[in-house]
Amino acid sequence: MSEQTINLTLEVWRQNGPGDGGRFETYEAKDISVDASFLEMLDLVNERLIEEDKTPVTFESDCREGICGTCSLMINGQAHGPNKGQATCQLHMRTFSDGDHITVEPWRAASFPVIKDLAVSRAAFDKIQQAGGYITVSTGSAPDANLIPVPKEAADMAMDAAACIGCGACVAACPNSAAQLFTSAKIQQFNLLPQGQAERWKRTEAMVDTMEEYFGTCTNHGECYEACPKEISLDFIAFLNRDYVKAKIKNRKLAGQKS
Amino acid sequence: MASTMPNLRDPQPIRTRKKDLPFPLNIWQSAVGRKWVMAITGIGLIGFVLAHMAGNFKLYDSPAAVHEYAETLRVLGKPILPKYWALWILRFGLIAMFGLHIAAAYSTKELSRKASDGAGFISGEKSYPGGREYAAANYASRTMRWTGPIIMLYLVFHLADLTWGYLPHTDYVYGDPFGNVTRSLGNLPVAILYVIANVALAVHIFHGAWSMFQSLGVNNPKYNQARRGIAAGLAGVILVGNLSFPILTQAGVIDADDNPCREFVDSDANTECFEDILAKEGK
Ligand code: HEM
Ligand code: SF4
Ligand code: FES
Repeated sequence: MSEQTINLTLEVWRQNGPGDGGRFETYEAKDISVDASFLEMLDLVNERLIEEDKTPVTFESDCREGICGTCSLMINGQAHGPNKGQATCQLHMRTFSDGDHITVEPWRAASFPVIKDLAVSRAAFDKIQQAGGYITVSTGSAPDANLIPVPKEAADMAMDAAACIGCGACVAACPNSAAQLFTSAKIQQFNLLPQGQAERWKRTEAMVDTMEEYFGTCTNHGECYEACPKEISLDFIAFLNRDYVKAKIKNRKLAGQKS
Repeated sequence: MASTMPNLRDPQPIRTRKKDLPFPLNIWQSAVGRKWVMAITGIGLIGFVLAHMAGNFKLYDSPAAVHEYAETLRVLGKPILPKYWALWILRFGLIAMFGLHIAAAYSTKELSRKASDGAGFISGEKSYPGGREYAAANYASRTMRWTGPIIMLYLVFHLADLTWGYLPHTDYVYGDPFGNVTRSLGNLPVAILYVIANVALAVHIFHGAWSMFQSLGVNNPKYNQARRGIAAGLAGVILVGNLSFPILTQAGVIDADDNPCREFVDSDANTECFEDILAKEGK
């Protein structure tokens, strides 16, 4: 079976480091198999750059199957490219046509500084997680399964929230650079479950307050949902908004117990 | 050089959080809280817009009915409150809602601008040097910070025109709202201005009413489908209702010549004329 190939022209963002201004550079990507993933296509481009003694393009990837959240590219002005519910590593070149021009850029946001070329630091997400993206459990022997009954609907919804891979596409796609979709998923995966109740209000307040130290304000455009490789629902953002103000009220009532 | 380099492990916050003020002031300290304020004042403003529109429908009733309605507003709360008091309480409420709404909108936008440092931030949106495609943001959602100020400017014009009577084209007569409206909207450029401003208002509400549900966490997967519809319906009703006034005045359906008291350019004489008519109708 003969393999179908296409030729493309890439406009790739090159930036030597965080302090550098950066610029677009043009590369020809010839004889690319339509079965290649976008990242495999970039691998080929890089191999050719190395053969020509040039510096390869830095980009991030790890699992290459849409579960780690490392890959992160703005492709033709869309986070993770044009297909819905796919990470960059799951985007295949058959999506493009012979002769296409493709623009490739890093995520852009003040709190996602470029490390080099297409790789950005998403450490600000870690800050949000550290503020409350966990539950407290007693260590020791593993408890019996199903010890705590969980309604099926709550379990399903928490699972949907837990699908977030922390890639940052929501922030990249947001015209406000807001991190509401990520934060709401990370909060609700616990807030919906009995195990998450003990720290529910503390968690919500701390994670939202931390989010606001690094990111912009949601205006409900809905771009994040369209960009999200895991199709995290906008409903979680509504839940976040509701839980946050509830938390302010509850935490006031608990104030006597806070130091 | 090192000082301008971003710390990749420990990013610099774009905003430092101050110590919590007592509840409910701490709501205003957060952007999520400010969106609540924006949404709640938005509901109040939409309520005002609907009530104002319903009042204007008296134009289709009779000139005397408009006069009577205006008088009702002035003596609202009688006999508990002196004349004008209730009206002024409502007005202060409105002014406060506008103030809070705009302050929240402006300050949260500034936060988004800071959060988008490193990319362009053009007309209220983060922009990519290589261009970007929108998949969900619509015309209404992307123009909130233009339709908002348009509404504000129009509001000042509208008050100067029909509340304060500062504008020459209206030949303002206090106590004769029917006459003032027909004289003002009888000018084609003024009618066009009203049309433009009210289209902006409807566009603003089209996104605003949907956004409000999300901001307040009014979310139930069972009814979520309806939220876009409610927002569109609300915007549609307000659009049709408010556009009817300038358009039908131009078309002659609301006709200055229908005004029985149009000869009386003196306020007191004009009011007397209307009171006589209402008295004859037994009101
Ligand atoms: C009668 C007049 C107005 C009504 C009925 C109205 C209504 C609304 C509503 C319901 C929202 C949604 C709030 C939310 O997302 O939680 C909103 C948002 C907004 N309004 Fe207004 N508003 C009015 C006037 C204004 C004015 C005068 C300005 C500015 C000068 C303004 C600027 C904005 C902005 C920037 C937003 C934010 C949009 C967003 O977050 O998506 N509005 N408005
Ligand atoms: S919500 Fe979606 S787009 Fe945002 S970080 Fe999680 S997986 Fe990525
Ligand atoms: S490389 Fe792991 S999600 Fe794309």
